[in-house]
Amino acid sequence: MRLSLFITCYNDALFPQTGKAVVRVLERLGHTVEFRPAQTCCGQMHWNTGYLRESLPILCHFVRVFADAETIVVPSSSCVAMMRDHYPKAAQMDNDPALAREVELLLPRVFEFSELLVRRLGIEDVGARFTHKVAYHPSCHSARSLHLDEIPLRLLRRVRGLDLVPLANSQECCGFGGTFAIKNADVSSAMLADKVRCVLNSGAEVLTAVDNSCLMHIHGSLHRQRTFVRVAHLAEILATGETSSESAAERALAADQHFTLSSSEFPQ
Amino acid sequence: MTRETQPSQQNQHWNRRDFPEAARQALAAQPAADAPFEHSQTRRNVRHATDVIQAKRNAVTAELPDWQALRRAGAAIRAHTLEHLDHYLLEFEANCTRRGGRVHWAADEAEARRLVLEILAPHAPREVIKIKTMTSEEIHLNACLEEHGIHPIETDLAELIVQLGGDRPSHFVAPALHISRGQVRDLFARAMRQPDLTDSPDDLVAAARSYLRQKFLTTPVAISGANFLLADTGGVCIVESEGNGRMCLTLPDVLISIVGIEKVLPRFQDLEVFLQTLPRSATGERMNPYNSIWSGTPTGDGPREFHVILLDNGRSPILADEESRQTLRCIRCAACLNACPVYHQTGGHAYESVYAGPIGAILTPQLHSMHAAQSLPYASSLCGACYEVCPVEINIPEVLIHLRSQVVQQQQSTLTGSLGLWNLAMQSAAFLMRDSHRLPAAVHLAQRLQSPLVSRNGFIEWLPGPLSGWTKTRDLPALPAESFRDWWQRTHAQKSAPEPNPKPNPESAS
Repeated sequence: MRLSLFITCYNDALFPQTGKAVVRVLERLGHTVEFRPAQTCCGQMHWNTGYLRESLPILCHFVRVFADAETIVVPSSSCVAMMRDHYPKAAQMDNDPALAREVELLLPRVFEFSELLVRRLGIEDVGARFTHKVAYHPSCHSARSLHLDEIPLRLLRRVRGLDLVPLANSQECCGFGGTFAIKNADVSSAMLADKVRCVLNSGAEVLTAVDNSCLMHIHGSLHRQRTFVRVAHLAEILATGETSSESAAERALAADQHFTLSSSEFPQ
Repeated sequence: MTRETQPSQQNQHWNRRDFPEAARQALAAQPAADAPFEHSQTRRNVRHATDVIQAKRNAVTAELPDWQALRRAGAAIRAHTLEHLDHYLLEFEANCTRRGGRVHWAADEAEARRLVLEILAPHAPREVIKIKTMTSEEIHLNACLEEHGIHPIETDLAELIVQLGGDRPSHFVAPALHISRGQVRDLFARAMRQPDLTDSPDDLVAAARSYLRQKFLTTPVAISGANFLLADTGGVCIVESEGNGRMCLTLPDVLISIVGIEKVLPRFQDLEVFLQTLPRSATGERMNPYNSIWSGTPTGDGPREFHVILLDNGRSPILADEESRQTLRCIRCAACLNACPVYHQTGGHAYESVYAGPIGAILTPQLHSMHAAQSLPYASSLCGACYEVCPVEINIPEVLIHLRSQVVQQQQSTLTGSLGLWNLAMQSAAFLMRDSHRLPAAVHLAQRLQSPLVSRNGFIEWLPGPLSGWTKTRDLPALPAESFRDWWQRTHAQKSAPEPNPKPNPESAS
């Protein structure tokens, strides 16, 4: 299948390793991945902060760039939620029937990464091996908007050597919420402290999720507190190889850095 | 128990502080510098109470196979009613009047207070008993009554605790949820002059009962709100857990019910839905212990004089806004408060509003026609937990975003707002993000400019201005040297040639 990757703006700039992991997993499964360099952002930050008018040209740009894409994969549930929950209304607001029609045609072809694997491609075992204690944080949009439910857990349970540990109060928001983390920094920090306490109590070495935004937020505190818990997007765990005894993920875990798969791990 | 020393003044000045500032103070109420994860007493009380109610609510909603259908039915009935509110209010008025009740219409809080005083005047009471009513809080009735020499006595246990403590309610189903049992003991011991009182629930309830019983038997006037008005019978419905309501509704000679205009239901039969969803959502009970429905003034029973004050007080403009009309579906179960991670942290007082939590964040600014409490629509991470539990399916996150857009438009209509840091930052970001060349260029620039901010461990530990809110408690990863798109360009460019920026559509891009 030909899959078009929407990397999302913040993954592009901050977490390229996640995009590389997505490419690696999908190519390993025999699919062709394309990347449209014209892509930018889904418009979520502006929309959710109340800058609806400013969000419109951004989301129009997205719709135009991906209009003829066969299937679109997005390693960020909140961006997919932005599209599904708000694009139809945005098109209506814009009073543009053509845009509304394009949105209507586009949305069924947009998939969050884990959703694509399990719901669209019917795959749970991607041949990954990751011998660590891992806790899964169900981000709010993945749980309450996309209703991914067990999907990411089903993928994690099929990773060789992975010890999936439960996370208490996992459904409670980490306090990120985009500009909420800045506008209401104190409340956001207090919510984060609760989340971090649950992460530390879980005994996990690695916290994973389908959204790097939440992981960046949680890791921000884990790093500030000088804890040894690392974070990794689900795709990065799934990209670890069955045969690789010293995978990039393993090495990154040993290094004192934001959990990353180095680009050298990928065929150049 | 309370940080406020002048409750009566507080009550008249809601919305004095913005939410972030009020929340900061609530969170720092008892700072613990050496224990960053330690909560203060009040926060522990709020957290514990909401966890308990939430767990009960989850259990009793999960046991109903048709719970989601009940939510949909509740939403549909409320939405239908709001579409035809004028019709059902007039029908209620006609039927209530036919059965001996008197219906008054109050456009705003001043008119509602004036109506209450006019009704009370011929009876000249020194005291009135009250069953917990949010509308009375909304119109600041207690302070008004005190000014006119009438002492209001709250008879709901939690409201009594709040009143005796000179405090404010922090939750509209459990107003004293932020106060612990030990704190209640100290308060009762002082106010009821019972220094030997223990903090056992039995003793506390017994103390309140003996204090209140005498008031029930001697006070001639009661003031209530209502959970529902029934258009087809002219009935009024109140559900409660303590029996104080039943006392207030039956013993006094005069009963005044102050009810928001949105509270009407078309038919008695509609209670079939709401008497299931409301108690399960509000207190985690399958049914309320006391369910009172009465109409007018039946002979030989109950009050001889019954008044309903239908309160608008900012509701009509909400009804006129198609986007946020769903706000008025609310049946005040407070399930959204118990589910809200923001409320868990701050408690109710930080909202500086009669209505706290997610529903307060959308209702309060609208009741003020968006001229006050503009920070409340931002008091949410948009996590969606409120929408998930709402028994009438109010999409609170959607309404929050709609109200945020109104706040943004207000700001952009002023010079200071449009030149403000937030607007300039968001405009600049939008300028970059809508163009496929500008965004990568901006990322390249940021990669080069970030170095003074990046610590040796590769993280940003300090940021200036509003961004310092992030770095006060959190590190931020630095931008890696190569973005994904640059990596792709470097490694995959030969395989798939980059396409040109699509031609912007001038109409939709403007």
